Amino acid sequence: MDFLQFLLTLDSTIRLSVVLLLACLAGLFSERAGVVDIGLEGKMLISAFVAAAVAYESGSAWLGVLAGSAASVVFAMIHGVASIIYRGDQIISGVALNFLASGLTVVIGHAIYKKGGQTPTLTGDARFTEVKLPFADAVADVPVIGPIYSELISGHTPLVYVAFAIVPLVWWVLYRTRFGLRLRAVGENPASVDTAGVSVVAMRFRALIITGILCGMAGAYLSTAQSAFFGKEMTAGRGYIALAALIFANWRPVQAMGATLLFGLLEAISNLYPNIDVFGLFSIPVQFTQALPYILTVVILAGFIGRAVPPRSVGVPYVKER
Amino acid sequence: MGSEGGQGRQETAAPAIELRGISKAFGPVQANRDISLAVARGTIHGIIGENGAGKSTLMSILYGFYRADSGEIFINGRRAEIHDSQDAIAAGIGMVFQHFKLVENFTVLENIILGAENGPLLRDSLADARRSLLTLAEEYELGVDPDARIEDLSVGHRQRVEILKALYRQADILILDEPTGVLTPSEADHLFRILRGLKEQGKTIILITHKLREIMDVTDTVSVMRRGEMLATVRTAETSPEDLAERMVGRKVLLQVDKRPASPGETVLKVENLKVVDEDGVARLKGVSFDLRAGEILGIAGVAGNGQSELLEVLGGYRPATGRITLNGHDLPLDGRLANGRARRAAGIAHVPEDRQSEGLVMEFAAWENIAFGYHHDPAYQKNALFMDNAAIQADTEGKMQRFDVRPPDPRLQAKSFSGGNQQKIVLAREIERNPDLLLVGQPTRGVDIGAIEFIHQRLIELRDAGKAILLVSVELEEIMSLADRIAVMFDGRIMGERLPADTDERDLGLLMAGVSNGANDGGEAA
Repeated sequence: MDFLQFLLTLDSTIRLSVVLLLACLAGLFSERAGVVDIGLEGKMLISAFVAAAVAYESGSAWLGVLAGSAASVVFAMIHGVASIIYRGDQIISGVALNFLASGLTVVIGHAIYKKGGQTPTLTGDARFTEVKLPFADAVADVPVIGPIYSELISGHTPLVYVAFAIVPLVWWVLYRTRFGLRLRAVGENPASVDTAGVSVVAMRFRALIITGILCGMAGAYLSTAQSAFFGKEMTAGRGYIALAALIFANWRPVQAMGATLLFGLLEAISNLYPNIDVFGLFSIPVQFTQALPYILTVVILAGFIGRAVPPRSVGVPYVKER
Repeated sequence: MGSEGGQGRQETAAPAIELRGISKAFGPVQANRDISLAVARGTIHGIIGENGAGKSTLMSILYGFYRADSGEIFINGRRAEIHDSQDAIAAGIGMVFQHFKLVENFTVLENIILGAENGPLLRDSLADARRSLLTLAEEYELGVDPDARIEDLSVGHRQRVEILKALYRQADILILDEPTGVLTPSEADHLFRILRGLKEQGKTIILITHKLREIMDVTDTVSVMRRGEMLATVRTAETSPEDLAERMVGRKVLLQVDKRPASPGETVLKVENLKVVDEDGVARLKGVSFDLRAGEILGIAGVAGNGQSELLEVLGGYRPATGRITLNGHDLPLDGRLANGRARRAAGIAHVPEDRQSEGLVMEFAAWENIAFGYHHDPAYQKNALFMDNAAIQADTEGKMQRFDVRPPDPRLQAKSFSGGNQQKIVLAREIERNPDLLLVGQPTRGVDIGAIEFIHQRLIELRDAGKAILLVSVELEEIMSLADRIAVMFDGRIMGERLPADTDERDLGLLMAGVSNGANDGGEAA
């Protein structure tokens, strides 16, 4: 593998990680606040559909992102009402939303576009195009640094840069602000927040709004940047992979980036090198490389790697004790 | 009655807190009934009553955690509308709950500023809290490392963090709910010093407890609650523990345990050179030896964390150790597959663990299921080879609950819906009714109300008089002194010495508990 090929692999890794990264950070907010969110998948899916449809109709990819995020926030609020106010089972509520998104997108999509749930292909401003950073062409010929800048760093869609810029922002919000302190406290011991005179319900809802927005961006990226249309079930389990990455990252933002990049790398490898030749003896079948991210997910969820310490009150509805 | 506001001039004379006609019901249960109470500024006021008397509910209303159905609250003579904790904090009220409301993986500072940050960014708040922490620590003996994580702190220190939290919020009125339930005697003494210091600074303190000694020691005035009603408020100096106990329970209470001298028989348990090294490589037991005879209660005193828990766990069969344990002349395995709880029960050892909520019971399970635990192999509990006879277990449980006066006597109720005293009675019923040769009891009356304490003590004495051996581990010196026929004091994984209750006092035992061996008697056993 030469240097350029190596860079292309990493470049693909970055593109493919973005969805997972945004979804993972979305899950981070929700779970840090004590609300299990298995519904990342559904929120991404509804957002991907709404974003594609709105982008197609309006001709603006950014409007698509906005609309997708709004749809995702609506889903997050349904989850909030069920699990925070009515103290329902958070897993069931999340799974229900996943089913709802899966059905709703296809039904509405087919009703409007008559393409079996698929939306028309986005063209022009309706889809995100790659941004060439300044001097990308100029430095391209500089050895090593040149290709890294022009191939790896430059030439992504805007949402890629947004996603990676959000990571330090999330870290800062979580560990350096009042909001972050309260958010973390409400996921660990909501009674501590309640007795301090801060509303547990309000804190959890705020967290879910952020979850909705981030999930919405993830879904919109999928249909308006990574692809140029919405396809049935196009999230393909990425919500669950993001959840696995969240556990792998121990609910921390910077580690979340690392974890999602790892998943991105596995996906990139399976895309770029479907048949890996092992010393000319045999080749690893494409099905295996494609399954790698999912296998890793299972391994992580089964707790084989490290010890994950979830927020202590995650999944537990808050009831004032009697 | 709100016209009181016009008398603002008299503020200094007005009580710090005045409650008028507070009532609160939870469904059909009337937790508080028409309660009125006035607490003078700069005093320590005790509220005493059995578990379930409504003390905590009343204070939670004052702190805005619950809303009263009716009634009024006046703070410093002014009517206060307290709808939530924020209002209470603004009115200068701070509360230290029985179960601490701390975030365990946060630092002390983070816990202190939570909800009282002075801006959207944490930096200034943290610096500010660090400064006030230093002053408060000096002023009130409230020393605690501001950067320590709560999970690394002892219970006593966690409590200080709770007090600091209240003081950082400028609380003038401090409510403490059962503050000593989890403390060692020395930690409790320290707490009382802190409280007296706060009082001298003009703070008003409300102390909820069911321990009479504490009331007598630190309070100026005391109110007695029973079944949701406020029975009386008296000056502490004008009352006695007997008087308070009688008012609390509604009948005469034996504060002194009534027992005959022991008539010990054969040696039941012989422990020789027991050593335990825990998962972190720390030596927890460093060569413990003692004998325990039939018809005798051996009390193990000591500050919590000096190896008592490990001793119980080893004897109970769920912690490996080295050394030798003989029960009725037979060696018990200390390690490997045969060292387990079931084998120990089969050998005749029953165990009432120190922490009933995490070890003694499964809180989510019904009383009858909890009665079966550990003894679920009992043939009387089996219907056939495949199924258990739930009806038989329930019937058995009902009998046990009646004999141990568990209230309410409903086997199908979840363990967590019983009060602390009744939970403990369930555990005791399960263990004692198996008629063991040796009963291990850890902290039998921790967090248990006075009526139940009396009952539990009597049952233990009865078991002793029936010729059984009892190993009693307790951090309550009073309990050890009144129940034990012999007292062994543990410190740092060793037995510092043995005493007979008649030949010792709290001071003497206190020295041994602090690791000061005065050479006399039989302190040499540990070597």
